[in-house]
Amino acid sequence: MRKTDYAAIGETLYESRLPNGLPVFVVPKPGYCKSFACFVTNYGGADRRFTLNGERKDTPAGVAHYLEHKMFDTPDGGNALMILDAAGANANAFTSETMTAYYFSCTQRFEEDLRTLLRFVSVPYYTQQSVDKERGIIGQELRMYEDDPDNAVYMELMRLLFAHSPLRDDVGGTVESIQLITPQVLYDCHKVFYHPSNMALCVVGDVDPELVERTAAEELTAEAAPLPGRDYGPAEGLDPVGKRNQRRMEVSAPLFMAGLKLGEDRHGPAGHRERLTAGLALKCLYGRSSPAYLDLYGRGLLNGTFGCSADYAAGEGFVVFGGESKDPDAAADALLAAAEKVAAEGFDPALFQRQKKASYGSSLRALGDFRNLGVSLAESCFAGYRTLDGFEIMNAITCEDASAWVREHIRPERTALSVVLPRREAGA
Amino acid sequence: MRRTRKEILPGAYLTCLRTDKFKTGLLSVSLLTRLSRETAAQNALIPSVLRRGTVRSPDLDALAARLDGLYGARLEPVARKKGEIQCVGFWADFVDEKYLPDGQGLLEDVAALLGEVLLEPRTRGGLLLSAYVDSEKEKLLEDIRARINDKISYSRYRLTELMCPAEDYAVDVLGTEEEAEAIGYVALTRRYHELLASSPVEIFYCGSASPDRVERAVRDALATLPRGELDMDLGTDIRMNTVEDGPRYFTDDMDVNQGKLAIGYRLGDAMEDPDMAALRVMNAVFGAGVSSKLFMNVREKLSLCYFASSALDLMKGVMAVISGIEVKDYDQALVEIGRQLRAVQEGDITDEELAAAKLGLVNDLLSAGDSAGALESFWLEQNLLGLEYGPDELAALVEDVTKEDVVRAAAGIACDAVYFLRGTGEDEDA
Repeated sequence: MRKTDYAAIGETLYESRLPNGLPVFVVPKPGYCKSFACFVTNYGGADRRFTLNGERKDTPAGVAHYLEHKMFDTPDGGNALMILDAAGANANAFTSETMTAYYFSCTQRFEEDLRTLLRFVSVPYYTQQSVDKERGIIGQELRMYEDDPDNAVYMELMRLLFAHSPLRDDVGGTVESIQLITPQVLYDCHKVFYHPSNMALCVVGDVDPELVERTAAEELTAEAAPLPGRDYGPAEGLDPVGKRNQRRMEVSAPLFMAGLKLGEDRHGPAGHRERLTAGLALKCLYGRSSPAYLDLYGRGLLNGTFGCSADYAAGEGFVVFGGESKDPDAAADALLAAAEKVAAEGFDPALFQRQKKASYGSSLRALGDFRNLGVSLAESCFAGYRTLDGFEIMNAITCEDASAWVREHIRPERTALSVVLPRREAGA
Repeated sequence: MRRTRKEILPGAYLTCLRTDKFKTGLLSVSLLTRLSRETAAQNALIPSVLRRGTVRSPDLDALAARLDGLYGARLEPVARKKGEIQCVGFWADFVDEKYLPDGQGLLEDVAALLGEVLLEPRTRGGLLLSAYVDSEKEKLLEDIRARINDKISYSRYRLTELMCPAEDYAVDVLGTEEEAEAIGYVALTRRYHELLASSPVEIFYCGSASPDRVERAVRDALATLPRGELDMDLGTDIRMNTVEDGPRYFTDDMDVNQGKLAIGYRLGDAMEDPDMAALRVMNAVFGAGVSSKLFMNVREKLSLCYFASSALDLMKGVMAVISGIEVKDYDQALVEIGRQLRAVQEGDITDEELAAAKLGLVNDLLSAGDSAGALESFWLEQNLLGLEYGPDELAALVEDVTKEDVVRAAAGIACDAVYFLRGTGEDEDA
């Protein structure tokens, strides 16, 4: 395996690509009891339309998430979650717009658990009965999300921002769309997206990297496969579809989320630098120690629920920021005014330098979170870069880079605002 | 990982875990006080007000600039409920010096800042700033009102409140809206001085520095901590029996799609001389994790819910089951959850169930040793319970738990209250 030392941050990365196309990453963590492994497919809720061998496919919303639920069934009638749990491992999975990850952490019997993980994710087994039964469970899950105001305010924003992107739909689909999901649909999508060529295996812990590589080679097919072509429709453009939406729900205080599109997501190191620049610029602009946040916090227009991020999915980049506010419109206006000021004057260099120092500290801290590190190894692999290179790239980003990023991207006229208001007015 | 514990000031105990494996160090200071309806909101508010500004760094901007300069060190106010003890204070985490070009003395700087925030708040005429108090009070009120947003934790909160009407345990860690609204800056300043003078203090450090160095840094940082008559009788009343002979039933209606069923139990005789390992295994067999009876039966076999799980509070001797269900499934879910508990009490537990529960717990406990935050939380509870063993030793005790131990731990469990957050969302659509 290829070994890269990151001496300044005290980490080492081992990587290789198996003949079947599977990239394998291992970050050893000597002295830790816990080991973490994730087996991730480059397939998420947004990957609904694709081409394979020239043939176009269109699938219902929610297949990736449905697959996540059904992958745990094993052909002998067992359940992989139970098998891993019975072995003392903590196993789980998640589906995002861009990926589906299966993972476990354990303190003993790592190799055995890794074999279980590789096996259950690569061997599909769905029956009409098991697929029908899952529909009730997933339906309940979707209804739970519908009641969740944070989810609602986000989904409404996506529908304001995007005209036709699959990002408009919940990762899990809808109670209606999941009615269209059959065992055959699941088998077809598994075949296309769960081939090792389209996946990544990432391990963080006190384990032997060669053991990981060898185990993967033993458990998985040796053949490589063609990669599916993804179809997210035509590029979205930078203007939102709508400017504002509001709805009422059972919440105590109004919630808002504002956002704007960044345009096409670039693959590879250029995309990595773009992500890091965006992250640092947003930290300077709207982070916990930014002048804008502190001003609005002091005025009672924002509280600790406020957050912001630049996200990349389905070929698009976009920024979201929001939280609770007693006056969402005033908060959003003030936040955008702060961006206009930075666009005109640039960031204060002293502010930028200390944000950079703070970013270094928080990125270093994040390396202690095994799940976060494992998943970002996979995420960066799919996006064509190496997450651990980020520390060095970050060093080279200048105050002017961050100011220019704000000037180019954070435009009030391109911003959409989604608001959730309480059913009952305060004091009523 | 070596643990040391020492009283470094009257009633102030420093627990040090020395280890090289983390990239960040953690330092926390918790003031311990009785959880009560009268003071809970005030106590919860105090750290947030202190975090607004000190004599030297008078506002959030100045504090944020200092923390950024300390490589993004974090210093956060925290209020926790441990049984009937309210623990309020701060925790800080910061990059370990070996990863910094010029990081010598970061521990001392962070400890000093923590001490400064705790002991030298910005004041006017000796009183906490009314602007800071009002602004943080608004946020506390928002947090209290926001309890309703997360229907799962809201159900747990309502269950606790309804199940324990005559116990301090019913009090939420943030207090009530009424008490929070009544807070003024003069009374809060008085409460702040009382809290400093009368509270035992638990200090926790985890990181690469030697205990001697940590003790020096913390002693310097807390040199001016006033020590009056300390409330050393803090503790939690454990009620063995249910409030009435059978369970009490409560329902709230709310316009949501999914109902939440919350069931509260008293652990009973098992709390007389509690076998912590057996109780944890019992809970794992019953309702924690995917091999548990609740998950296997209520969710997997009967598809009655999206989730169903149980949680223990060993400081108070109670257990709660929370489940998300359709309104029409209420009766069936209630019966089924009761049936699963009886199975545990009657020893209807397979070797596989017991083994899976133990392995899962051992895994969780050993994993706790890999996280400074989990260790901090673990040791705060151990210190409050007067227990000396670490997560790895508790894991060894868990390994030895037998089915008979589990049955004994479950024998006295009695359902005290059933709470249903009834969704009315469907009715309106129909």
